[in-house]
Order: sequence, then structure tokens, then C-alpha cells
Amino acid sequence: MEKGAIINHDQTKAPKTGDWRYMKPEVDASKCIGCSTCVPHCPEAVMEMRKRSEAEVEISGKFAKEKDLAVIDYEYCKGCGVCAQVCPVKAIIMKK
Amino acid sequence: MNKDLTKKFSSGHATCAGCGIPAIVRTVLGATDEQVIVSNATGCLEVTTTIYPSTSWKVPYIHSVFGNAAATAAGIDAAQKALEKSGKLKNPAKIIAFGGDGGTYDIGLQALSGALERGHDFLYVCYDNEGYMNTGGQRSGATPYGANTETAPVGSQSFGKTQQRKDLMEIVKAHGIKYLAQANVAYLPDLKRKAQKALNTPGPSFLLVLQPCTQIWKFPTSEYVAIGKLATETNFWPLFEIEDGKYIINNIVKEPKPIEEFLKTQGRFKHLFKEKNLEVIKEIQKTVNENFEKLAKRAQIS
Repeated sequence: MEKGAIINHDQTKAPKTGDWRYMKPEVDASKCIGCSTCVPHCPEAVMEMRKRSEAEVEISGKFAKEKDLAVIDYEYCKGCGVCAQVCPVKAIIMKK
Repeated sequence: MNKDLTKKFSSGHATCAGCGIPAIVRTVLGATDEQVIVSNATGCLEVTTTIYPSTSWKVPYIHSVFGNAAATAAGIDAAQKALEKSGKLKNPAKIIAFGGDGGTYDIGLQALSGALERGHDFLYVCYDNEGYMNTGGQRSGATPYGANTETAPVGSQSFGKTQQRKDLMEIVKAHGIKYLAQANVAYLPDLKRKAQKALNTPGPSFLLVLQPCTQIWKFPTSEYVAIGKLATETNFWPLFEIEDGKYIINNIVKEPKPIEEFLKTQGRFKHLFKEKNLEVIKEIQKTVNENFEKLAKRAQIS
């Protein structure tokens, strides 16, 4: 209990909502065009855009190096599937 | 966890999988770089983000009771003005009140009306999921005609809610406030632009944001964006803003889709597709057309 009934934000006390997940979204690096449509729509804010590694540049082939790749933080991802639904090129696949 | 998006509202909250409320909160909070103080009515947002002993809020946050998010915001504004006058506060924070449709249309309406009338400087955001979803889906003043709810259930003699939804935008507009807008969680850039405009408006401003509820509207968790878009494409939920009494429609749909496209995606309207209830769908379509015509006329006149 904190003083004066004020509760401070503490990420370590937050529930790890990744436990809720029964379908797991996976980003296909060869398809992701780096448009970041999925990022603001994710209710948990677990989608992030990052630079591609060299191996990922290789499999994505036709995409330029500058195009970022969406990655998912599975610690909080509830597996709702919104990212897969909004993706314009269907680069996110929900897996059991 | 996305660092930019979680600056003010973190991950690790308990909203249902596939709920759009966090996207609304992050977009509105992300519309300003200034300090903010949040006041919150009881509802889905409050119970899922403040489970003791953790909180998802990284900005100052106050929840008091169900009906008075607007009154709390008004109190914060009065306190800031008093502190400014005595020279103790230099940069007052922006005040944002969040409420669901239960805490805005029904229970919080008089507190909202009072705060708007007194002209406090704050933004009120109502996320409208069209019912009391947090307690199992009872009808509210925002529930549309014909929807199956816990307190307006479908049966052999009933087709769900028999009343039309309240026109809250007109009620709020009648207070003569400078900026109010209707937005949709499926169109986040539009929501962000409206939130920025509202926060830069001195005095009270108001945003009404549609929030499709995966649990009680009964659709798969992945669909909130698709169903939100259908609501706007069928003219059920037109996007518009009212600036100094002037109406501006933001999306003119050239060929609006028939309302069935929106209704058939949701379990709460499933019973309407039985033969005996087909008349109800026709009535809904008629009301949607009439409401949009009214809005278009207002936009033309002003």
C-alpha cells in the first residue's frame, strides 16, 4: 500500500497478459511491407517496427533494406488477431 | 511493448482480447505533448486498467464514482485556475475525461451538462460501445433499436430494444460549446486530428468515439476495425465535427452500403434476419437514412 492512497505505476506488478493467448500471431518477414498499419490498432501496443537483420533482408528479397519489419512482444500479446485482420498484405498469420 | 505508444498508458491491462478502448486512449493521449490529467468514469476502461495493486496509467489519474467524470474534471480545472492565480502553478496540465456510454449518455449526463455549461477547460471523450458491457451487456441510452441485450432480451414477443438511441451530439451541441466531433476507432488518424483540435480549443470540447465490443456485440476478437469501418460505410456512424456551430461531414460515402452488411456481422442482431423480424431491419435502414439526411441538411445550412 502506498502512502495517501496513491498507486504508482509499476510495470513489474502488471499482469502478463500473454498467458491469455491461445492463437499466436506470427509475422512473415518475406511478406511484411513495413506499412505499420497494425501498430496503432493493437490493443496491447505490442507491435513494434524495427530494422531488418541481414538474414531478413535476404528472405524478403524484393523489399528494400529501408523497409522496417513488424515484431511482436509475446509477453503481453493476448492473441486477439486484430493485427492479422488489418494487415493489407496478410503478412501476419494466426497459429495454434 | 511499443515504447512510443506506452508512454502514458502501458501494456498489461485486462481489457478483453480484441477491445478497441486502449487504441482510443493511446490515440487521444498521444495527441498532445503537454502534461495531462485523466479523470475516468466507472466502466470497462476503469475496471480493466486499475486492478489493485497495479495500474496501467503513467499519467495522473482520478476515478471517483460512476456519474461524475465530468464533475471531477471540472474540479481539477477549478483547482488549477486557483493555483495559477496565486502563482503556485505555471503550466497547467490538459484535462481529459474518459467515460463509456453508460457513464455519459445515462448516469453521467447531468454532471457532463453542468461542466459544459460552466465552461471548464477540458476534453470529454466518450467511448461508445452501446451498452453496459462491463456488467454483462444491459441496454443503455446508446443501444441501437433492435439489439438483443440482457435487459431487452429477444423472445417470442420481443425483437430486442424497442427505443431509438439518444442523439447525444445534439444534446452536447445545445450547450453551445466550441468544438465537438463524432469519430470511430477504426479511423485512428481522423481521431487523432480531432483530439488535437479539441485539446487546442479553449473551454470544453467533446468527442464521441464508436467502440465495437467483441464480447456483447458478439463477433470474433479480430474484427473490431472491420466492423467499425462498416458502421461508417453504411452511414450508421457518420464521421463529422461541429466547429462554432458549423457542421462538417468528414467522410461522404458515395454509395452507402445497405445496413444489413453491418447488422449481419454481429450476434446481437442475429434474430433480425428471421422472417418475422425483417420489418425491423427496414425500419433501421429508414432511420439511418433519415438521420443522415438531417445531418447533411445541417451541414449544408451552416
